[in-house]
This record gives sequence, C-alpha cells and structure tokens, in this order.
Amino acid sequence: MASIEFVKVSKWFDRQPVIQNLDLTIEDGKFTVLVGPSGCGKTTLLRMIAGIDPQTSGSVLINGQDVTRIAPGKRGVAMVFQNYAIYPTMSVRENIEFGLVNNKVPKAERTRLVETIGETVGLNDYLDRRPSTLSGGQRQRVALARAMVKNPLVFLMDEPLSNLDAKLRVQMRIELIELHKKLGTTFVYVTHDQVEAMSMADTIVLMNQGVIQQEAPPEVVYRKPSNRFAAQFIGVPPMNIAPLGNDNTTFGFRPESVVVGTEPGSFHYTAKGEIITREMLGAETIYQVKTTEGQAFMVKCLEDEFHVDQEVYLGVPADKLFFFGADEKRVEEQDARYREFMERLRGLAHG
Amino acid sequence: MKTFELKTVWILLGYVLKAAVLMIFIFPFLWMISTSLQTFRETMTFPPTWIPASPQWGNFMEAMNAGPFLTYFKNSVVVTGSIIVLQFLIMIPAAYAFAKYKFPGKTLLFGMILLAFMIPGQVTFIPVYLMMADWGLVKTLLPQIIPFISNAFGIFLLRQYFMQIPEEIIEAARLDNANEFKIMRKIMIPMSKPALATIALFSFVSHWNDYFWPLVMTDSAAVRPLTLGIAMLRETEGISNWHIIMAGNVILVVPILLVYLFCSKHIVKAFVYSGIK
Repeated sequence: MASIEFVKVSKWFDRQPVIQNLDLTIEDGKFTVLVGPSGCGKTTLLRMIAGIDPQTSGSVLINGQDVTRIAPGKRGVAMVFQNYAIYPTMSVRENIEFGLVNNKVPKAERTRLVETIGETVGLNDYLDRRPSTLSGGQRQRVALARAMVKNPLVFLMDEPLSNLDAKLRVQMRIELIELHKKLGTTFVYVTHDQVEAMSMADTIVLMNQGVIQQEAPPEVVYRKPSNRFAAQFIGVPPMNIAPLGNDNTTFGFRPESVVVGTEPGSFHYTAKGEIITREMLGAETIYQVKTTEGQAFMVKCLEDEFHVDQEVYLGVPADKLFFFGADEKRVEEQDARYREFMERLRGLAHG
Repeated sequence: MKTFELKTVWILLGYVLKAAVLMIFIFPFLWMISTSLQTFRETMTFPPTWIPASPQWGNFMEAMNAGPFLTYFKNSVVVTGSIIVLQFLIMIPAAYAFAKYKFPGKTLLFGMILLAFMIPGQVTFIPVYLMMADWGLVKTLLPQIIPFISNAFGIFLLRQYFMQIPEEIIEAARLDNANEFKIMRKIMIPMSKPALATIALFSFVSHWNDYFWPLVMTDSAAVRPLTLGIAMLRETEGISNWHIIMAGNVILVVPILLVYLFCSKHIVKAFVYSGIK
C-alpha cells in the first residue's frame, strides 16, 4: 500500500508542454480514477508513476520517497495496459510469473503464487495455453493476474476495459471494484469514460488540457461540479448549459432534473419547446427539445410519454439549477452572485 | 459456359508458365546431379546422357580425395558459422536500439549503416586486405570473418521487425523488472524468429557460396573454403573432369538445402506473422 504524490511536475513532449507545475496527492488504499478527454494528460501522469516515461521536471513520490531515479521494475508498481501487452511467445503461466522470475522468487513459491492468482481470476485451466488462443476477456485476466502476482504497492491501469465488448466491460467493472476491496491496495485507473469513473472511483481526478479540473468523490463531482467543463464531462447526456446574459455567464441543469409536461408548470425555470429527437433506451427515454428561442436541451425521462414534433413545456426546480460565472467556474449557493443569477434567470423564463 | 472454358484456359496457361519457370531454375540442378553420377565417358557424349547407366557414387569420394577437402569444409563451416553468430550478437542489440531508443545522432548513424550496406565488397577489398596483412591475419580465417560481422541489411530488416512490436510489451517487461538484455532475449528474439531465420538463411547462403572474397583474402589451402576447393578441382588435371567437379558442387549445395529445410517453416511465417493485439 502506498500513497502517491506529484510535486510541481511538468512534462514536455517535443518542446510542447503537456503538463505544467502539477500538484496532486493520491491517497493510500483508494481507488482513484484519472478521467478526461484524450490528450488531457491522464495517461502521462500514470506513466510517470510507473517510471516508463518520467517527468521533465518536478518529482513523483511513492510513500513519501522520491522515485525519480528508481527504475520502473523496482518501484513496487504494476500496470495493466489498454492492449493488455501480454508477451505473445510465452504461455499464460510464463506471462504471469515473468516478473517473479526477474525478482528471483524461488520456483516452488512461484508456482504456488501463480496458481493462487490463477484461481482468483479464473485462469487455472488455461495456464499452459498460448495467449493467442484466449479470448479478449481472458487476455485481460492474464494482464490482471500478471499485475496482481507481484503484490504491488500500487496498481496502475490504463484504460484496461476499452478493448472489451460492452457486456464484459460492465462485468469487469464490478470485478475490479471487488478486487480493490479485497486487496485494499492503491488503484490508479485512467479512463476517458466517465461512466467507468463514476462507477468505480473513490476519488475522481478530472483533467483537461493538462490541468486538474476537479478532485473529488463521484457524487461530489456530479452534484457540485467545480466548473462548466466538469459539469459537462460527467453525466450522460451532459448537463444542459445556456447563456444567462451577454457576459459569458451561464446557467445549467442536468437532463434528468427536467420535468416535462404538456402544460406550463410552476418551476423556477420554464421553457416551451418542440421535441426534435427521441431515443427510447428501455428504462428511460432521452429527448432533444428545441426551445422557441432556438436553444437545444437534452431531457431524460423515466416515462416514454411524448413523441417527436410534440410541443412540450420544460420545468426545472430551483435547487436543480447550476450557475457558472464569466470565468466558467460554478457559482456556489453561498456566493453573493447566486441570488442575482437566480433573479436574472427568472426574467429569462421562456414561454 | 463459355466464360467457364475461358477461365480453364487461363488456369492451364498459368500452370504451363509456372512449369516453364520451374524448369529454368531446376534444370541446372538436375544436370549437376546427373553429371555428378556419370562416368567421364558419359559426360563427353552428344546428345548428353540424362540417366547414367550405372550411378558412379565413387565420384564423390574422388572429389573429396582430390584436395584437402576436410580442411576446406571445416574452413567453410567455421567462417560461415562465426559470421552468423557474430552478426547476431551485433545485429540484435543494434536493431533494438535503432527501433526502440531515442538518442542523439540516431538518424545519422542509421544512415551510415545503410550507406555501408550500399558499398560493394569489390570497392573495399584492397584496403581491407592491406589492413589484414598489416595486422598479420592473412594466414588465419579472420579476414574472411571480421569484415562481415556487421550485417547492415540484417540490422535494417530486424529494425523494421522490432518496430512493429508494441511499445507496451517492452514497457510491461520493464515493469516486470526485466533488464534490457532480458527483454531482448525473452521478448524481442522469440517474437522475431521468422525475421531472424530469414536473415540467417540469406547470410548463410551468401557466405557459404562466397567465392570472390576468400579468393583475394587467402593464399594457402589451409585457410581456403569449399568454394575455392571445388574450383580447384578444375585445375588438377589437364582436361576438365566435369563429373568430379559436379560431385563437388553437389557436396557444396547440400548444406544450403538442409539449412533451407530447417528455416523454411519460419520464413513462411515471416510473411503471415501477425502479433496479438
């Protein structure tokens, strides 16, 4: 188990700064998910922890110890790669024990460890098979077993589920949560998929363009996004954002907070619009509604009551509204501007 | 119906063409084998004899006894074997560095290697010979080995192959605490067997068959390879004993066929190889 600390870390690729002066502490034993759009620097951070692509300046600390000069294989970290990175010429057993062999673990001990881990991930019947004869899910398990067998201080995972089909991905998500609970080790998980982040993380570290946007548990990121980017990155469909005035201030509400009806209701914010598209997903239905002002909003309903081209009224209760200042940061309830923004929005009420 | 017939004609024509090409390549071999089993008188008849009346196996013994055959054979084996082993020792780390490392001057160095690859031996043999003579190595096998221990073509080919190996596999190995030599030995080499077999075969054929280089680098039978020994069969007597020369050539070719049989499985793989994602 170990905590990880980034101190004034910068990374340049070909004279381009990717990350500048970043500070971040990843707590011991927590499942931390680094999430953000591609190119945001999340994988770069992960590779710095592993030491396979060290920082240009600053330092990375594992358990308080500066690991800048320590080789990847000696940092006590294990990594699961997106494309599994299984050694194709070795059997499953050789794949799993390669790290142990390099660390000079005696053969009997090795066999015992490989079989214990094989049991845990359900690979014991495949130990002498070649990776090329395994399915995607099984290869993913080999990669996991290879990481687990070393009993690392830190697990690093770089989008490990993105090559799996949707069903298996959901299943593996649950298995990873259980695995984390069982091992109690620090997990650092990189993904661009906010669903994975929300479902697995103890702490989400949301990044954009090399800068940390928010660092908080999933429910906090969802309920109190720190800025417009966070608000729109987390949630499917993303939060609806519309201008509040001409000063780049905006208001927003989540698609699932909208009350849709055929009559105008008494809400803090109301709008009249027409349904443009309808996506019936089974448990819920997602509508795209275009207001009379030409603003398009996504709406999520549990009932499937409306049809395309229908005229509807949207209503959002006051406590479900978000406001963002000109700097795109969220305006908190305690903020002096909050009341002013609320008033401004009432005047904006459409229809 | 008509199109079907036309198709058949084309296919047949294809076979005829393939058979013709095959004959062009196989004919000298067959004639060599046939001649190696004939008597002297049979080699002189016209039209030529195709099937010897009684195969003269003794021709092979005669070819071997015509000179210090065992020495020639041993020299060929030592020279070719050493070249291949040394080439691999240099080529694998070089290709690995060129494929997977970033270092200053990399492009320039690689360009120089390719440049060396393009200079034919005929341009460099005099300075190389003088250098070897200077070092007093002409009476040894080294002048036939040292100039070839760096195989530019091999480095180039292997580098291309190594570049296709995903970076993540190497990174995973580094995280598994494997040092660079172990990565080469346990990951790069096993994953590149087809390329290595192809390079080994090309290298073997070209050095086993080499005639020009040993001809200018050697001055005594003690260091001459098989190719020179067999060429000397011609000069042992006034008239050319074609049946003996051809017997010698068969002996020369057999190891190449054996090596090819051994490597062919991997060479086929070199063209169908696909790594797992």
